[in-house]
Amino acid sequence: MPERAAAPKPAGRKRGRTAYALALPAWLVLGIFFLLPLLLMLAVSGGERELYGGVKPVADLGAYLRSGAWAANYARSCAAIYARIGWRSLWMALATTAICLVISFPAAYYIALLSPRRRKNLLLGLAVIPFWSSFLIRTYAWMFILRSEGLLNHLLLGLGLIQRPLQLLYTELAVAIGLVYGELPFMILPLYAALEKLDRSLLEAAADLGAGGAARFLRVTVPLAAPGIAAGVVMVFVPSLGQFVVSDLLGGARSMLFGNLIQNQFAAARNQPFGAALAFELTAAVLLLLFAYALYAGRHGGEEALL
Amino acid sequence: MSTVSAVSEPGGASGRRGVARAAAAGGGRARRLLALHTALVYGFLYLPIVVLMVFSFNGAPPAPAAIGAAGGGLTAVWEGFTFAWYSRLLHDALLLGAVRNSLLVGAAATAAAVALGTPVALALARYDFHGRRATQALLLLPVIIPEVVVGAALLTFFGAVALRLSLATVVAAHVVFSIPYVALVVRARLAGVDADLEEAARDLGAGPWETFRRVTLPLALPGILAAALLVFTLSIDDYVITSFVAGVGATTLPLYIYSLLKVGVTPEINAVSTLLLAATIVSIAVAQRLLQRPVGGGGRRAGRTRRRQAE
Repeated sequence: MPERAAAPKPAGRKRGRTAYALALPAWLVLGIFFLLPLLLMLAVSGGERELYGGVKPVADLGAYLRSGAWAANYARSCAAIYARIGWRSLWMALATTAICLVISFPAAYYIALLSPRRRKNLLLGLAVIPFWSSFLIRTYAWMFILRSEGLLNHLLLGLGLIQRPLQLLYTELAVAIGLVYGELPFMILPLYAALEKLDRSLLEAAADLGAGGAARFLRVTVPLAAPGIAAGVVMVFVPSLGQFVVSDLLGGARSMLFGNLIQNQFAAARNQPFGAALAFELTAAVLLLLFAYALYAGRHGGEEALL
Repeated sequence: MSTVSAVSEPGGASGRRGVARAAAAGGGRARRLLALHTALVYGFLYLPIVVLMVFSFNGAPPAPAAIGAAGGGLTAVWEGFTFAWYSRLLHDALLLGAVRNSLLVGAAATAAAVALGTPVALALARYDFHGRRATQALLLLPVIIPEVVVGAALLTFFGAVALRLSLATVVAAHVVFSIPYVALVVRARLAGVDADLEEAARDLGAGPWETFRRVTLPLALPGILAAALLVFTLSIDDYVITSFVAGVGATTLPLYIYSLLKVGVTPEINAVSTLLLAATIVSIAVAQRLLQRPVGGGGRRAGRTRRRQAE
């Protein structure tokens, strides 16, 4: 995406061994500290936990694999209590994505197509700041607002709308607000990037041909913004699925998400193998989704759609 | 990912005909409605942050025996302006230790990520090689695989190789998620640098190293600096991955803030948060400025030529 039209394209990329020397250090570091840990975790997910939290050594790997014992953690993850958390995460992530899309689209449309230039730059800059700011602090801001002695309750009490403070914090509603709030900039920016490229003469042409506002929107704007919508959906849905900070801080005991479940296994429960299996289920889901996205983007945006 | 375009495409090429054509994109009333909606969205984005910042200056009297009582000492009513919470931060030894740890980790991780990410960006921008696509994929994965998974995998790995968790393990983890950002931002910058300039340097007899040092590096420098700022910000702010790989005594600022949050809301947290947000805003603004700088560094004229080329 950063490939700008303005950039003078290098006439052709050079060939040569230098490239390997340049890429090698990064390969090594990412190989050792990223790929290897992931593979190791995959192996651990087939193991069994030891009494004090380690992984039981396997004497005969062949026999172990044949016995099917390696699948125990994956089987366990299908139990009702875990499956329920999985479904809740999925629903929460879907709802977050949908709400973010609905809220962001008109705003991105306004910024990209309707706002005067100076204001556009200001609005963009303002959208970028939360994008890079601490998720933790942005979540804390809502703790501050939603708690029983917080600002919102004070306001509602002061207006006489309620008689006693509402329990807003530590509810599923709070988690939903926190998720939408946290992910919103990740939807606005890709939508903006797509709408910004939209050729306005197409809208004019549609209008000349008698298309009304709704028809122009549904049959010109939305299809042309589709790559941005897809990118935004991926950028919001994937992190929401693995989220655990928001649910930990804003949610109660019953708003546990899949991310919390994984984190628990590595922290309090000290069951690394089970945690590893859960982490891999999440990774598999995410990779499947990205694969679908890559197929889609490959058809619509050329080779480097994701980069 | 568009994370990068978020900083590298500030104004875009349009806006030129913005207002004139706006009418076609939406009529007057629709336009006003959309402007109102946008204002509401930004209100939603910024109101919580602003409230948080404002209340870091709230002079509420500290509640007696506030320890353990969630919310002690902080009301939602404005009690007058004070710097008390900020000056109290200066006496919080645990907090200062956490800040020190965060700065150390941020500096080390940034330096390593820049040293590793810049060459790979150069390779991707200038060379055709086997494993190009694999390299791109490898750079993408740490950004898109959920942070919980990355943290858990690193914890498993450090356990398996019997590496004691410390600040060093935190640095290693931060380098992993930082390299991709450096590579993407610097690569985007290099894509805007005319490769002919390097060609010319070589024709004039410069060796590969000299070409890099005297042509490529100066031209790519704004991108590298911007990437360093962004990555430093990410490192200072990271909670999720750090929470997995930080050992005893390696408490970074977000870890410390989190531990406070679990006990309750206090005005000191508002004050730290305000400082951290301010630092983020400043470094992002500087990074944006750097990325907007026209390639060639020659000020207005170079920028204008480039813009003309674009049309």
